[in-house]
Amino acid sequence: MRTTKIIILGAILALVSTITQASTLEEVKARGVLNCVVTTGLAGFAAPDENGRWEGFDVEFCRAVAAAVLGDGEKVRFVPSTGKTRFTLLNSGEGDILFRNTTETMSRDTDLKLTFLPVNYYDGQGFLIRKDSGITSAMQLDGASVCIQTGTTTELNLADFFSSNKMNYEPVNSETNEESIANYTSNRCDAYTTDASALASTRAALKDPSAHIILPEIISKEPLAGAVRHGDDNWTDIAKWVVNALIIAEELGVTKANLHDHCAAPGDNPSINRLCGTEGNMGAFIGLDAQWAVRAIDNAGNYAEIYEATIGPNTPLALERGLNASWKSGGILYAAPIR
Amino acid sequence: MAPVPYKVGEHPDLPPPVSVTGPLAWLRNNLFSSPTNIVMTLVSVWLLYELIPPMLDWMFFDAAFSGENRDACRAQAGGACWAFIAERFRLFTYGFYPAEERWRVNLAFVLLLAALVPVLYDRLPARKIGLYYSMAFPLIAGWLLLGGWGLAPVDTDQFGGFMLTLVIGVTGIAFSLPIGILLALGRQSSLPIIRLFCVGFIEFIRGVPLITLLFVASTMLNYFLPKGTVFDLLLRVLIMVTLFASAYMAEVIRGGLQAIPKGQVEAAEAIGMKYWQSMRLVVLPQALKISIPGIVNTFIGLYKDTTLVIIIGLLDPLGIGRSSLADTKWTGLHNEVYLFVAIFFFISCFSMSRYSLYLEKKLKTEHDH
Repeated sequence: MRTTKIIILGAILALVSTITQASTLEEVKARGVLNCVVTTGLAGFAAPDENGRWEGFDVEFCRAVAAAVLGDGEKVRFVPSTGKTRFTLLNSGEGDILFRNTTETMSRDTDLKLTFLPVNYYDGQGFLIRKDSGITSAMQLDGASVCIQTGTTTELNLADFFSSNKMNYEPVNSETNEESIANYTSNRCDAYTTDASALASTRAALKDPSAHIILPEIISKEPLAGAVRHGDDNWTDIAKWVVNALIIAEELGVTKANLHDHCAAPGDNPSINRLCGTEGNMGAFIGLDAQWAVRAIDNAGNYAEIYEATIGPNTPLALERGLNASWKSGGILYAAPIR
Repeated sequence: MAPVPYKVGEHPDLPPPVSVTGPLAWLRNNLFSSPTNIVMTLVSVWLLYELIPPMLDWMFFDAAFSGENRDACRAQAGGACWAFIAERFRLFTYGFYPAEERWRVNLAFVLLLAALVPVLYDRLPARKIGLYYSMAFPLIAGWLLLGGWGLAPVDTDQFGGFMLTLVIGVTGIAFSLPIGILLALGRQSSLPIIRLFCVGFIEFIRGVPLITLLFVASTMLNYFLPKGTVFDLLLRVLIMVTLFASAYMAEVIRGGLQAIPKGQVEAAEAIGMKYWQSMRLVVLPQALKISIPGIVNTFIGLYKDTTLVIIIGLLDPLGIGRSSLADTKWTGLHNEVYLFVAIFFFISCFSMSRYSLYLEKKLKTEHDH
């Protein structure tokens, strides 16, 4: 009798202890690995290389967060997701953070209970079309069939654009970007629409890029940002300030190469000192140590270095900085200061 | 010409006239027997002529087998770029399995083949010992693939590619057959609780698409289970796939069971057999034989359904292919990837189907009517 009671009591205690909610930070630390929701594959942003190592712009942000939190940018488990499953994966706890070329919108922020991180890529939606169609403006697309991905903001923007211009179109849906491109190249649609960044890389990969043009109209704002789920403000702060730190490092000229010179001892520039953790301890505010930003930058460098290595002008994607240049050089990339 | 003499009743067998045998006659009978047939033949020949040479050109004669990236391929030749598949072959095979541990996957595969032999062929010396090995194989394979006890542990989220397909496919196939048999017997049971449970289970699982079950396994379970509970994603998928295939299997086997006349069970009971004896020795051997085509059909369906795991973030060969296409070096090579994956699935499914034919022939005991 007595042993049964003890067993039941023990079982209840065990259950209660598992129900007690650990914070995301504690969970990640206990697990020793960061679960990061990425795309199943988008050129330049996230894709596995031939050895199965994930590479890309979004991937480096995941690694930077892992470096700040766990001290090692390799301690990331990438959770590939389609446009439809990404938020479910994040909200169900399968992922701790999401970097999946995701547009920040009000409904996603509120209704889907996400908290968006600072924007890390400013994009806009455009059209790719075959040159021999003779179309030179998106306003001539009335009646065209358009290849799109389901579950994305591009799908909704497209509907808005056509209805506000009183035009008709025929959607050709697919689940992933790669399928959309396959549909477009096999002439199943007249035009292909997605974010301008992806259009450029898509066009470059086509068999005869000169036979295709990107129409001049950009029909939407697409601020791409990482996201975490509601309910853990400390975790939000960590993710948010890692992104900010990478942007600020570019502004301050702190790179992967000169990071350790700057951060070895307090220097003349207080901003750099605060970033390095040699003056004050900003890390304590977010539950990390003073070196958090140093580790984040040490992973793949500052924002500019990540950009250049994954999607910049010297990569096959050849995306100019444009809007994504730092505010100091004419762009709109502007991070709140660390102080 | 004088007739060749022969005795009455001993006329030698002459060969049939050329007009009814030989290739010409075959052509006439099968391809040119009627105007419709002639037209169909000509259209088919024209279609084949139009399709096959360009396909061969694309696949072999115009194809590039080496090259650093897509542009290097295209500079060499206008056809397929197999260098892409060659570079990615290991990713397609092992997924994200750590490179230095891949021998374990290879070993597990060889052991799988060895475990299949005693199951598939009964004319084997010492088959009984082999069968014990086959039964132990899931444990051995689990140990090899997951590690522990002296091997470096590997997380299941690093599984991918063909290896993932085989893990899910083989597990599903191996476990769905026995569970399916039990469910089918349970559905015909005279005990109401067992019968209700089996009917409820089968109808529920069959009434829900596999993709929904996978989605529940991958995300919804996390909402229900206490936070922080670690329940391996691949294990969840394996359970769901097995349950799904079991429900279909149960119905296939029930079809076989219903074809066995009731008199057989009664006869078995009359000579004193218990329920399980009569099932094992009399009913099931016949019922399963009848159900072979349906069973293999379910197996093949299950095997191909493994590609659905991409929606929950596991990368099977198709998923690996899609991700690989996003590599900036290789974007735009869809045809190569899809063809390659199709060939893999065709080989697997076609061998299953041929084995089932072999089994049907071997087990055929009735005389043709």
